[in-house]
This record gives sequence, C-alpha cells and structure tokens, in this order.
Amino acid sequence: MADILMQDELFEVEDTQKGKYLTFNIGTEFYGIEIKYVTEIIGIQVITEVPELPEYIRGIINLRGKIIPVMDVRLRFKKTFREYNDRTCIIVVDIKDISVGLIVDSVSEVLNIPERDIVEPPQMNRGFNNRYIKKIGKVGNDVKLLLNCEKLLTEDEIVDINEAL
Amino acid sequence: MSDQYTNEPMLDIYIFETIHLIEQLEETVLNGEKSGGYSSEAINEIFRIMHTIKGSSAMMLFSEISNLAHVIEDLFFFLREEKPTNLDYSTLTDLVFESVDFIKLEIEKIKNGDKADGAAASIVDQLKVYIHQLKNSNTDISEDKPTEQETTKTQYYISQSFSDILNYKHYYKAEIFFEDGCEMENIRAYTIIHNLKNITSKIKHIPTDIIENDGTIQQIREQGFVIYFKANQTFNEMHEFFMKSLFLKDLELTELQDDESWPADNAVQVEISSNIIKGIIPLNQKIKSESNNENQGPTTQGFISVPVGRMDKLMDLVGEMVIAEAMVTQNPDLKELNLDNFSKAARQLRKITSEVQDMVMSIRMVPLSSTFHKMHRIVRDMNKKLNKEVQLEIIGEETEVDKSIIEHISDPLMHLVRNSIDHGIESVEDRRSNGKNELGRVTLEAKNAGNDVVILIKDDGKGLSKDKILEKAKQNGLLHKSENEMSDKEIFNLIFIPGFSTNDAVTEFSGRGVGMDVVVKNIEKVGGSVSVDSVMGFGTTITMKIPLTLAIVDGMNISVGRSCYTIPTIAIKQSFRPKETDIIRDPHGNEMIMVRGVCYPILRLHKLYKVKDAQVHFHKGILVMVENEGKTVCIFADELLGEQQVVVKTLPTYIKRIKKIEGLSGCTLLGDGSISLILDAAGLTNINKQ
Repeated sequence: MADILMQDELFEVEDTQKGKYLTFNIGTEFYGIEIKYVTEIIGIQVITEVPELPEYIRGIINLRGKIIPVMDVRLRFKKTFREYNDRTCIIVVDIKDISVGLIVDSVSEVLNIPERDIVEPPQMNRGFNNRYIKKIGKVGNDVKLLLNCEKLLTEDEIVDINEAL
Repeated sequence: MSDQYTNEPMLDIYIFETIHLIEQLEETVLNGEKSGGYSSEAINEIFRIMHTIKGSSAMMLFSEISNLAHVIEDLFFFLREEKPTNLDYSTLTDLVFESVDFIKLEIEKIKNGDKADGAAASIVDQLKVYIHQLKNSNTDISEDKPTEQETTKTQYYISQSFSDILNYKHYYKAEIFFEDGCEMENIRAYTIIHNLKNITSKIKHIPTDIIENDGTIQQIREQGFVIYFKANQTFNEMHEFFMKSLFLKDLELTELQDDESWPADNAVQVEISSNIIKGIIPLNQKIKSESNNENQGPTTQGFISVPVGRMDKLMDLVGEMVIAEAMVTQNPDLKELNLDNFSKAARQLRKITSEVQDMVMSIRMVPLSSTFHKMHRIVRDMNKKLNKEVQLEIIGEETEVDKSIIEHISDPLMHLVRNSIDHGIESVEDRRSNGKNELGRVTLEAKNAGNDVVILIKDDGKGLSKDKILEKAKQNGLLHKSENEMSDKEIFNLIFIPGFSTNDAVTEFSGRGVGMDVVVKNIEKVGGSVSVDSVMGFGTTITMKIPLTLAIVDGMNISVGRSCYTIPTIAIKQSFRPKETDIIRDPHGNEMIMVRGVCYPILRLHKLYKVKDAQVHFHKGILVMVENEGKTVCIFADELLGEQQVVVKTLPTYIKRIKKIEGLSGCTLLGDGSISLILDAAGLTNINKQ
C-alpha cells in the first residue's frame, strides 16, 4: 500500500520536473540544465582552495555544514577566467549522490522546453564543447545549450587529468 | 558503514539482530560454564535465542545457519526437558562455541556482500552425535527406576494442564466506553461478556445486572463498562479482541499484577462449566501465546535503535548550529552597540546550544562493557589450549567512548589480551615454583582522563625482559641508539616496532611479530597512543590512550597565504622562528635545519600546495615541528593562529575521486564559518621521504 503511494508520488514529482530547465549564461551563451539535478542556487561564497586539483575545481565551500566542491564552468569549458561579481552564482547540483557547486556568470530563469523544441546537436568533427552538450533547445528565437550533467563530472575526465599530470 | 552492506533494510536488521543475539548467547554460555551448570533461565534463554536465529535465518534463506540453529535448539530442548545430570559442560560449551563461530563467520560474509556458502554439516553431525550420546547415557540412568520417572512425568503434565485452567496467567481490567448515541449500551456490553466467555470463565463486571436492569444504560454511558477478567491470552491479543467490538469509542485495557485488585464479592461472578472450556482452549494455542509472551519481553524496554548515518547527520547539524550561533552573537554589525536585551537572549541561546551539543555527543557514546566482555571468551579458549589458568578481571566497563572508536579498539584489545596470556602469564608450574598464586590474573581497566579514555591491560606474569628485547632488537637491526642511553621505557617500547617478537615459538595465538605494531597502527588511526611498562617478575602493563571521540580533535591552526590549515596538536613537538643562518641547503635545494644537534628536513607548505602570497622568508614565518612514527619534519607556515578543538569532516567524495591529496586528512569548519584543511602528520612525514 505504502509502496504504491510512494510510487505515485515519485511519478508526480517526475512529471512536474519534466521538460523544465534552469538556464544560466556564461559569456554570451545560454545553457540549460535539467531541473531535477538542481538542489539550490546560492550567491558566490568564500572558496577555500584545495591544492593539487585541476584548475577548474576552485576549491570547497561550506554549505550549511556540508562541504562541497565548486567547479568553475567557465574554466571547465576552457574559457578565460573572469573575476566573480555579485551576479556570479553557484548552482548546487546533485548528480548520482555527489553534490557539486557550479560557478556560472549568472542564472536567468527556469524554462519549460517541450520535447518537440529539443534537437540533437550538430555533428562536428572535433568540437570539444560538444562533449558536454546533450541536446539543443529552442526557445523563441534563442538557443539554449542543454548540458549533460553526468559528463561534466565523468570518469574519462579524471583519466585526462591523470595523463596531464 | 551501511554503504558496505547490501541496501536491503531487512538484511541489515537481520545482521544487526543476529550479531546481537550471538553476543548475548556467548555471554550466557560463558556464565553457565563458569558457574558449573546452566540455570533453567539460561537454558531457556539460549533456546529462545537459537529459536529466533533459526526463524529469521530461514526467512532470509540462509539455510545452513538455520539448520545449525535448529540442532542447537534441539540440544537445549533436550536439556530443558530431561535435565540430564551427567553433563560435560565443557564439551557442550565447546560445541556451542564452534557453532557460534560458524554463524559469526557466515554473518560476516553476508555483511560483506559475499555469499554465505559455508557448510555446517560437520558441526551439525557433531552436535547430533552429542545429543544422541546424551540421550543414551541419560536413559541408562533412568532405567534403574523407569516406572517412577514415568509416573512423575505424567503427573507433571496433568498438573500443568490442570493448573492452566484454574490459574490463568494474566489478570486484566478493561474499561470500555461506547460511542455516543449508539443506544442499548447494556446489550452491547453483554455481547462483549458473552464473547469473552469463550476465552475465560473468570469474569467480573461493573455494573453487574446489565440485562435485567435498564438503568445500567445510563451508568455505562457515564462511567463506562468495567470488566475484570483472567485469561491466558497476551495483552495484545486481548486488546485486539476488544477492538473488534462494535461502536467502541474508548478502551482502556490494563494488565493487573495480582489478585488484590480483583473486585470484591459484591460483583457477580459468571460461572461456566469447566468442561466447555476444555474443549475451547486447544493446547497449542496456549503454547503459542506463551512464546509470544517471551518475544515481547525485550521490546517493552525504552530503547530505540537509530541508523548511525542519521546520528552523524544530527551531529553535523549541531556543529553547524554552534557556528551559526557564533556568527549571530559575534556579528561585526553588532559591535559597539549597547544591546542589553540582545546579549541576555544571546547568552541563553549559547547555553542551550552547548547543552544540545553535549547531548548529541553523549548519544553517540557507548559503554566499553560489551567489548570487554568479549575478552572472556578469548581467555577461556586460551586457558584450554595453552593449559594455563588465567582469570580476567574487568574494571570500569561502564566507561563510555564514541561508537566509531569502539569498532577500532576491539581488535587491538584482543591482540593485547592474547599477548598477555600467551607471553606474559607463566605456566602453572612456573608460577608455583616462583611462589606466585597459581591463578594468573589479567586485568582490563578503563577510566576517563580529561579528553581521553585510558585503557590498561595488566597482567601479573613474568614481565618483559630488557636484555631479551635488546638482543632481539640488535638481531633485527632495529636499534638506533646505544643501549646505555636508552631508558627502560624506550626499551620496552621497542616491542611496538614492526617485525619484533620476543617469543621464540610461534603459537596459534601470537608470536609472528605482527601483533604489536598492528595494535599501535589501529590505535593511532583513532588518534590514540600506546605505551608499555613492566617490572621483571611482576608483570606488564600496557596503556592505551584514546580520545573520547573521533569527530573532534585538538588542532593548531596555521595560516599560509590566505589559506588556513589545521595540524593535530598531538603530532606537534614544538614551533619556533628560525634565523636565516640556521638553514642548511644541500646541492639539490633541499632545506634542513639543525635543532639541538639533530638535523630535520623543512617542508614549505606554500611550495607543496602552491599557495600564493605566502611568506617565503624564514625569519618572518614560523616552523612547526611535526612528528609521526619516529619521523620528524619541520613545516614552514606564515604564522600560528591558535589552538582550537575542531570537528573533523572528510573531503567531498568528488574531490577524493579525482585525486588523493598527499598530506590532507580532511577539513573542518572554523568559528567564522570558513574552512580549514586538516594536515595529516603521517602523510606529511612521508611526502618528505619521497
């Protein structure tokens, strides 16, 4: 009985979150991230540097007693570093039970992008950005790059780091 | 911890429960053996434990465990029913322990997610043979006067069933209120009485004349309908019975202790002929209710078990609350304001938060008694195998330490107790010839000392031989100082060096030279220390010093650039500001410093961790000398910020997955909410070696 109720609830939750994306921008590009991964959005915090980590992991922050690493998405995409200001936000995401903060230039809004407005990214030969882009969403005249969150933190990246070292 | 297990909650509970039961069983069996025979309660308890294990194992489809439990259950059933007189308790205990060990091993496998694939067949066979022997030998004796025994037996059964009918086990009082406006309360009350007659013949109720007198309706409405009765059914069964009644608004069912509260004779007793009851109460139902009774016993105690994960979370939150409190009450915005009421309120808040913190810490504390009592088993086994007579004495078992620490000290303690008995205590003959009491004595003592718990393992054996230790150390090339320079304590502490064992013969229990350094490593893992003292001919004392809790350590905060690091105070030897001229540089650019004639390597933290804006000149910074396992390194930092107790947190899993950072053991939150990285003394001293 309880199980069925739970399942129903789960379905409902999934339904309300489906097709919703949190959009943010880095430089001039707009990105979208599935809302189900997002735990919360906070302003920029004091970041404690942790040594010996790749450049894009800026360090760790204290989120109400929970210590989470923060990743600068700008640096992750090999863009130039930009000083943080009061528009800078940390999006706390929870991917496969790992909490990570993503530093972005600014957060814009939560958008509903229906399935029909989402298309596959173009097949380019060696676009490195492509790796993190799952789909492309069309909203009006704008284009939102929908991120593949899991790829952001995947293992193959770790191998790369080890090789670089 | 729970991550290691399968995620099935049922399995977790099964493992937890079975381990707990097995521990209980071991203790009961040991007590039984010690007092030279099992009391009937002990036998009942073992029977019950085995019954539970059998049931739950069968349910979880661990058939080998359940088979084994079944045979032991049979064995104790036999003991309980026949009460054999010529019992060899020591063999019995051995057999039970062998079975217990098997179950333990299987549970361990299940816990680690392996298949429980052990075969219990050989133990089961042994047990069966033993039961068979018991049965045979027992009938031999009883053959002498078979008739007598038979008659007593039948008498016994008659008397039991007889008494069951007349003397019900439980006395209850039920107060019943019917729903408002249900009408005919007297009839409804009568229905209940009528149904109750199926269960028992001993019923009294108030008011009494419910059918004849309609005036009782009002009374029942206002004061409720009160029934006193006796029954064999348990409380829960009776509760269920009453809850089935129609239009029931309120039921107050209480179990009465004795006859005293039985209503006086002014109430009418309902009599039912006894032959009806005989037909109605089947025997097996009675047995069922009995066993239910027994199982319900422990659950009524005021304990709840909580997953450790939740406790950890609670502790995190409380730690956070303490920091938040400091952030509010010491807020810079409030400076130079005169806020009387605010500071009063803030003081109150601080008091409560610190009380909450203490309480949460105390919840995690577990007494050492169960860990200590496990040693009884080891002492017993070793006594048998080594032919020694050693008695274990336990002092201060109620001393409490953090749960996570208990897990870490159980193994070292076992090693030390084994060592004491194997190496320390002499054989009975030796003791006699030395004029000592033949009974050797090992004492386990625990006591609180400030923020530490001190555990002493004392034996009154032959003590450590300095010459032998020195000789052995020389042989293995473990001596780094000349013999004359070493104090007694230094010599004794040589035994903790890996690869050291003075016992020439390797026995089953000790002598491979791995024991002592494993002990030290385990204790150091929880931030404790081990030392040894001994008097030749009078015994050895090993002292373990363990912090009360793992989660909080004393640390020295140091700053490097804008970063803050924490070094566990226990590892710090001294700190000093060096002169530029004291520094020695070798051709490879390695820096060293000479302190009191000894040369130590210097580790620049800002270089190691590439910290920007840090102090690079020695005369402006400070050197902190850190020691671990005999290796020493001087850490160069900008300045000391002060000493403080910090709550240890691990680094986020994501970071740990990317890279294991040398020299960092975790991080912590400082009073102002910022994060400090905790340096790991062992890691740092090893970095330097590479």
